[in-house]
Amino acid sequence: MADTDNIAVQCKGVTKTYGSGSTLVHALRGVDLEVRTGELMMLVGPSGSGKTTLISIIAGVLGRDDGECIVFGHDFRHMSHYEKTRYRGQNIGFVFQLFNLIPTLSAAENVAVPLIINGVKRREAIGRACEILSRVGLGDRTYSPPTQLSGGQQQRVAIARALLHNPKLIVCDEPTSALDHETGHKIMELLHDVAVGVDRALIVVTHDARIFEFADRIAKMDDGHILSVENSNYRLTNKKKN
Amino acid sequence: MNFIALKMLVGNRARYLSIVIGLTFASLLITQQSAIFMGLMTRTFGFLTDTALPDIWVMDPKVQYIDDIKPLKETESIRVRSVEGVAWAVPLYKGLLKARLSNGTFQTCNVIGLDDETLIGGPPRMLQGKLSELRRSDAIIVNDIGAAGKLATVLPDGRRVPLKIGDTMELNDHRAVVVGICQVQRTFQSQPVVYTTYSRATVFAPRERKLLSFVAAKAKPGQDFHTLCQRICKTTGLAAYTKDEFKKLTIRYYMKYTGIPVNFGTTVVLGFIVGIAIAGQTFFSFTLDNLRYFGTLKAMGATDRVLLQMILLQAALVGSIGYGLGVGTASALGTLLGRTELSFLLTWQLLLVSASAVMVICAVSAILSMRKVIRLEPAVVFQS
Ligand SMILES: Nc1ncnc2c1ncn2[C@@H]1O[C@H](COP(=O)(O)OP(=O)(O)OP(=O)(O)O)[C@@H](O)[C@H]1O
Ligand SMILES: [Mg+2]
Repeated sequence: MADTDNIAVQCKGVTKTYGSGSTLVHALRGVDLEVRTGELMMLVGPSGSGKTTLISIIAGVLGRDDGECIVFGHDFRHMSHYEKTRYRGQNIGFVFQLFNLIPTLSAAENVAVPLIINGVKRREAIGRACEILSRVGLGDRTYSPPTQLSGGQQQRVAIARALLHNPKLIVCDEPTSALDHETGHKIMELLHDVAVGVDRALIVVTHDARIFEFADRIAKMDDGHILSVENSNYRLTNKKKN
Repeated sequence: MNFIALKMLVGNRARYLSIVIGLTFASLLITQQSAIFMGLMTRTFGFLTDTALPDIWVMDPKVQYIDDIKPLKETESIRVRSVEGVAWAVPLYKGLLKARLSNGTFQTCNVIGLDDETLIGGPPRMLQGKLSELRRSDAIIVNDIGAAGKLATVLPDGRRVPLKIGDTMELNDHRAVVVGICQVQRTFQSQPVVYTTYSRATVFAPRERKLLSFVAAKAKPGQDFHTLCQRICKTTGLAAYTKDEFKKLTIRYYMKYTGIPVNFGTTVVLGFIVGIAIAGQTFFSFTLDNLRYFGTLKAMGATDRVLLQMILLQAALVGSIGYGLGVGTASALGTLLGRTELSFLLTWQLLLVSASAVMVICAVSAILSMRKVIRLEPAVVFQS
């Protein structure tokens, strides 16, 4: 049982269908997946294989049909709508493909949103948002609205937002697909450096083969199944470098 | 979260402005039109407001409103006077007579004949001359707006010379001399108002068997007006109303038998629809625009209650700004138009009515928006 201590996410036989009758889609057909703390798990696979569906279920924004899914010892099935929402607010960070930054708020205000949702006072939250923005290299853009930032800068703001409240699990859906190769690399380095810690885990969904090297493990999906989970050598190469 | 809600709204300038303008327009339309309506309605009984002294008005039972004259026999005022509890009762003549102006055109005037002895029922305010001068021969008193307006002499170059003391005119072919200028409430038909004595009015008026329009009576101190009215009815067979009853009778007539309430009602409803259509719909589209962000907030842990609060705050903000601007503009217009023929009466009840209308518009659009946000699956945030 010592093993369960470093398990962040445990999925067993998770299924999910959309629609009904002739439009029924089996998005997940029994997924088993284990994500450990301290690792960056990458989820890859062709379009429509169920990657987004899987992380939506793991992050508690979508209900599963069947199977088991335990996130840091919690099963969303056994929580009320309110408890689920609050659990997400405190423990899960999100990075979206389209960033989803509120266009009428400044970068710092956007980053501060999760803290404010968790009841931190606006002034303090924005102060802390400014600090983390400096850490991701945007210390001079804290007052800029998202529209005045480049794609890479917006994605860094989104990552800062996912990190600020210190969530245990961060889920990212295609975090680099809107970015060019070089920026994508920088973003992944950043994510790996700031987000991976001993007591937290990171799940990154991607199509982008160029960033596979940042994974600790890669889970390959197809047609609602996990085909394989392989170790990647990111850490090893990096450790050699250092 | 409040500042996020406000920034989301105000930052979207185009939507924000159209919502506020829509609400401003709606509350302006509703407030202004109903204020004009109220003004018009008080004009219908302007004569009763002017003639403040009598407590009780006695008339033919078939009379439906104040300008609906059904003449009584001269002797009725004596009969009313003899009813127990009546302090005094005076005859009043009220009728429309044609005045011939110096340039030969005719103008209908609202002629009021006062009891020769007491001159009870005279104008509330004399601007020039004295009421008692009505006792001079052929004397009349005209109201200032009539004297400067419809009764004025128009010079060949188009200038208007107001009727003044000492001028003469012809009322139904009888000579009349102006001895005073008074001020009265504007009446519904806005005809010039001419005061004279009862006996002279009957001379001016076309020959008829009966000429007495109303008997105006005063109750003895301590008398209950309603029981006195009933007693007068019983003994004389005439209708007797307190001043307020007579006002209500008049308003009810106008409400029932003229298209005025329908007209104004239509405009008010139109204002309401404009509000819903422009402001309400824009507010709803604004929420739809932001659905992705509401979903993001939801995914990031904002509870439904917090999101609803945000929407309510947004609705309250546009509602109060729109209402303030609308009512402000309405009363500014009212003040400007106060000097013209237009009637305008903005009461606190009307402010409440338009506030409720704006609140309903905001509430409807907020509720529709809230439904959208509540039903929103937070999983949408991952959809591109
Ligand atoms: N809301 C939905 N309603 C109906 N079907 C859906 C819905 N969301 C996803 N699907 C279907 O479920 C399957 C899995 O979708 P999912 O989005 O999880 O795939 P994905 O691996 O993320 O694909 P992509 O790489 O294109 O993002 C697809 O066939 C998709 O069409
Ligand atoms: Mg996807």
